[in-house]
Amino acid sequence: MDPKKLRYAPTHEWAILEGDTCTVGITKYAVEQLTDVVYIELPDVGDNVFAGDSFGEIESVKAVSDLYSPVNGEVIAINEPLISDPSAITKDPYGKGWMVKIKVERGSNLNKLLSLEQYEKQIASESH
Amino acid sequence: MGQRTVLHDWHVARGARMVDFAGWDMPVQYTSIIEEHTAVRSEAGLFDISHMGRLSFGGPDALALIQMVFTNNAATLKDGQVRYGLICNDQGGIRDDVLVYHWPYGYAMVVNASNREKIVGWLAESKGSFNVEIRDQTKDTCMIAVQGPRALDMCRGLTEADAGKLGYYFATPTTYQGKPCVVSRTGYTGEDGVEYMVAAGQGLQLWEELLRRGAKPCGLGARDTLRLEAAMPLYGHELSEEIDPFQAGLSWAVKLDIGDFHGREALLVRRQDAKLKHRVGLELQGKRIAREGAKILAKGKEIGSVSSGTFGPTVNKSIAMAYLEPAYKEPGTLVEIDIRGKMEPARIVPLPFYRRLK
Repeated sequence: MDPKKLRYAPTHEWAILEGDTCTVGITKYAVEQLTDVVYIELPDVGDNVFAGDSFGEIESVKAVSDLYSPVNGEVIAINEPLISDPSAITKDPYGKGWMVKIKVERGSNLNKLLSLEQYEKQIASESH
Repeated sequence: MGQRTVLHDWHVARGARMVDFAGWDMPVQYTSIIEEHTAVRSEAGLFDISHMGRLSFGGPDALALIQMVFTNNAATLKDGQVRYGLICNDQGGIRDDVLVYHWPYGYAMVVNASNREKIVGWLAESKGSFNVEIRDQTKDTCMIAVQGPRALDMCRGLTEADAGKLGYYFATPTTYQGKPCVVSRTGYTGEDGVEYMVAAGQGLQLWEELLRRGAKPCGLGARDTLRLEAAMPLYGHELSEEIDPFQAGLSWAVKLDIGDFHGREALLVRRQDAKLKHRVGLELQGKRIAREGAKILAKGKEIGSVSSGTFGPTVNKSIAMAYLEPAYKEPGTLVEIDIRGKMEPARIVPLPFYRRLK
């Protein structure tokens, strides 16, 4: 997926809305900060998730981090292979490393999330 | 800003992620903890451990002072021999875990960075009328570890004395580029290897020479996963002023029958105390990591807590060390670990988690 077409949460998740399906993953920057991802916990299909609430966790050798949902909705798919082998998150965070697909209410948008440019500004200030 | 080793600028220039460790600004990783860990298990890794405290002891009473604070026996050390042991407080709790080196002309001690000032103070306090001169050489020297199956090969010819000819847990004063240094066949990774102590001004040269020979720079992150797989205790996690060496499974490093030392009387009592928690190894069924402080339960009752936990890259499992009530310490016992509110099944296993093939 083209990073320019994605929207970003300040907590380092990316999201893209296609119809009423929002696909969510974490950014390359987040992956680089974590390094050594060993485990990911994802919700069950059918779970409801809420914007700003944790929908799972990602564990690296150093630390565990919550994964935050950028939207309200119902989980309609999870990237099951990541649970036994999370390496795709590191290798291809915007493609094979996607985590969940969330069905959002008709008419929802991602306008509250950051553009790539805004997100890049945020991480530039974080790494100083 | 923390204290810096002479290799600090090299670490930063190579993009290492730096963290504060015991007041020192140290590299936690250069590329990836798992990659660095694997390099040590399969080839050789290079560690800047200049933050460790290096003390030298001279004078006629050096041995007497060491024996007064050390739980192991330094009197039977041969020239060049190195011995692990504890320094205890008078309640039997652990002030530090240290290595003592015996030279033809005196003794040396390597202490933890986090405890260096405390131990220097404790030695000064314990010295009394002993005729001994203690010098803290930490700032004047640089300490570099080369660890892994290829470590001894890589070190060949670097110093006047051949590191490969040293027995395990032996060291020798020698020279590097004509200047005095120490080479020691010791380490903290569960692999064979060498630790160098050279003049601070020679640190960068030795480091770069070892890199050219193929050793991979490794940070404190990999040092932690390596020592955890090898079940080596880390001060501040498995060891503290409240924990005694028997609880920590280090009775082999305590000699109660060779005369008095600080903590001995208390240890004679604590040794008999069947209620004290004991260090154990835990293997988790799942992949979540049980980190320090996680509570451990058996049938809903809290029986202890995790002292360190990680994902072990070589054993490919989530592993932890913990202190548990003695009734639960037998390998095979099933327990649950509260990881962020969710119970994870785990099993007591014998330590270490990893042992190299010799």
